[in-house]
Amino acid sequence: MALQIEPNALANMIADAEKSFPDECCGFVFGEESGTNRLILGMQVVDNAKPGDKRRRFEITSADYMKAERFAEERNLLLLGVYHSHPNHPAIPSEHDRLAAQPYFSYLILSVMDGRFEITRSWRLNDEHQFEEENIVQSVHIKKI
Amino acid sequence: MATVIIPTPLRKFTNNASRVSVNATTVKELVNDLSLNFPELKKHLQDETGNIRSFINIFVGDDDIRNLQQENTTLSNDTLVSIVPAIAGGSGDHHNVEFSKEELARYNRHIIIPGFGKEAQQKLKAAKVLVIGSGGLGSPVLLYLAAAGIGTLGIVDFDVVEDSNLHRQVLFGVDEIGQPKVAAARKRLLSLNPHIQVNIYNTQLNSQNALDIIKEYDVVADGTDNFPTRYLVNDASVLLNKPNVYASIFQFEGQVSVFNYTNAAGEPGPNYRDLYPTPPPPGLVPSCAEGGVLGVLPGIIGSLQALEVIKVITGVGEPLSGRFFTFDALSFETRTFNIRRNPANPLNGENPTIKTLIDYEQFCGMKAVEKPIKEISAKELYDWQVKGDAFQIIDVREPHEYDIVNIGAELVPLATVAAYAPNISRDTRVVIHCKMGGRSAKAIRELEEKFGFENLYNLKGGILGYIDEVKPELTKY
Repeated sequence: MALQIEPNALANMIADAEKSFPDECCGFVFGEESGTNRLILGMQVVDNAKPGDKRRRFEITSADYMKAERFAEERNLLLLGVYHSHPNHPAIPSEHDRLAAQPYFSYLILSVMDGRFEITRSWRLNDEHQFEEENIVQSVHIKKI
Repeated sequence: MATVIIPTPLRKFTNNASRVSVNATTVKELVNDLSLNFPELKKHLQDETGNIRSFINIFVGDDDIRNLQQENTTLSNDTLVSIVPAIAGGSGDHHNVEFSKEELARYNRHIIIPGFGKEAQQKLKAAKVLVIGSGGLGSPVLLYLAAAGIGTLGIVDFDVVEDSNLHRQVLFGVDEIGQPKVAAARKRLLSLNPHIQVNIYNTQLNSQNALDIIKEYDVVADGTDNFPTRYLVNDASVLLNKPNVYASIFQFEGQVSVFNYTNAAGEPGPNYRDLYPTPPPPGLVPSCAEGGVLGVLPGIIGSLQALEVIKVITGVGEPLSGRFFTFDALSFETRTFNIRRNPANPLNGENPTIKTLIDYEQFCGMKAVEKPIKEISAKELYDWQVKGDAFQIIDVREPHEYDIVNIGAELVPLATVAAYAPNISRDTRVVIHCKMGGRSAKAIRELEEKFGFENLYNLKGGILGYIDEVKPELTKY
C-alpha cells in the first residue's frame, strides 16, 4: 500500500492544519487508484462541524460528504479518503478515529505541534477493522487537477 | 424502483456499483433488500438486531430520514436515496473514554460527588501522568493517582529499595529490598488498580532523555530530592508546555506548587525559575539522605501533590498555580504565598536565553566525575575462596536477610557502614556484597568518598548472582 500526494494538495492540507491550530481541521482527498497504490491529486477543505470544542475532534456534515461524492463523480476521480489534523498529538489514529473509520478510505493524519506542521501519515482499515499504515511515497511533481 | 447512491467506501461490497436500483416502498425495505443482495454490505448498514447503524445516515432526496419518518419513510419510483457514512474522528479526549462495569463500581465514590462526576473520572482515565522519583513523595502520589484511576502512569527512578527508605516510602515493603524501585512500584500499583497502565523508566532523568520521556505525558509530578533534577524537570516541562506539579520536603517542612499551568485564557503560570532563578550553592541545602526527614511528612505533602495533579487534570477547583504553599509540621502552620512570572526568567521571560536543556549538574555546581566502582564476579570470588587468598568480605544487607542465606561475610547493614569504617581493612582486598549489587555499590561510594578507600570490590549480581553461578544449593529469596 503506497500513497503518493500531489505537492500542492499536500501543501494545502498543511496550510489548513496550521491555520486551524489549536483546532482540528478536516477535509477530503481525491485521486486515482491502481491495485493497492493510490495517487492523491486534489483535496477539499471542509468545515469542522464538531459542536463545541474542536481541539480533539472533527466531524463532517452529511451535506459536505454528499458534495464531495458529487465533486469526485463530476471530475471522474475517486473519493479516496479523509484528512484531519492532530494538534499537539502524534499522527497516529486514536481509538476514536478507528471506531469512526470507514472501510476503503485512506485516513491522512497531520500532526501539528505548537502550531507547526510536523508529519503526515496515512492509515487504512483492514478487514479486522484495524488500521494499517500506508507508506507515503516521496511526492513527485504530478499533474494538477 | 428507487435508486440508491452507494458511498465510495462501501462500493467494494456492491461490485463497485455506485448506483443500485432497488424495488422497495420504504427505507426499511430498501435496506433489507440491499443486505440480501449484497451480504457483505449488511454489517455496514445494520446492527445485529437489524436496525440501521448509528454511523450511517440515509437521505431521501435532500432530507435526512431522521427528519422524515425514519425507517418508515416511503419511497416512490423516481426517488434518489443516498447512503452517507458519518465522517468523524480526532485525536480523542475524555469524552470517548468508556468504563467497564468493574471500573464504574471501583470509581463510584468519585462519580457520585456533585461537580466531579463521570466526566472528571473520564478525564482521569484519559490522562497520562509522569511521576519523577518514586521515593517519599512519589509513594503517596503514585498510590493515590493509581487508586484514583489515572489511565496511564509513568515512573522514573534509577534507585533500588533500601531498608532505610521504608520509614517513609510506603509503596514498598521488606520483600522489595534490593529490587529496582520502578519495578517494585509497578507491581504494587497494578495490584491496587489493574485497570491502569504503568510505564516504567529505570534510569536517571537527564538532559539527553528528559524531553523524550516527558513529551509522552500530559502532566508531570516532580518528587525529586535534588536541585539538578528539579531544574531539569522544570525546564523540560516549560519547553514542552506541560504543567509541573511540584513538591519538596526537608526535615519538618514541605512545599507545594503548580508550575507552568496554562489557564483558560491560554496564559502560562509561573514556574520554578520565576521563584528561584539560580540554584543555591552546592551543599547549602542537604537532601533527605543527608539532612533527614520525618517519615510522615512526605505522606502529607505527597498527598497534596496528588490532589493538585487531579485538579489540574479534571479542571475541578482552583489549581495551586501562581501560589506557593508551605507547611511547617512542628508549628502546624501553613502559608500560601502569591508568586508571579518574572520578566527576566531565562526560559519564558521577555528575553529567553534557554532554548534547550543544559547540563544541570554543572549549572548547580555539582559536576562530579564518577569513577567506576571496581567489581568482582561470583566466579572470581569463588576462586579467591578456594585458593585461600587474603581478603575481607562484608555483607551490607539487613539481619533478617542474612538469616535467610549468607556466605559467611561480616554483617554490616548499609546504614551502619560508615561507622564500621575503622574495621575495614586497607591493606587487603575487600569484597562488599548485598542481595543484587545496588546497596553494596552505594556502600562502596560512601566509603570511597568519606574515607578514601581504594581496595573495595563490588560483588557483581550480589548474593543471588553468587548462588546462581557457584552455590546453587543455597536458598534464594
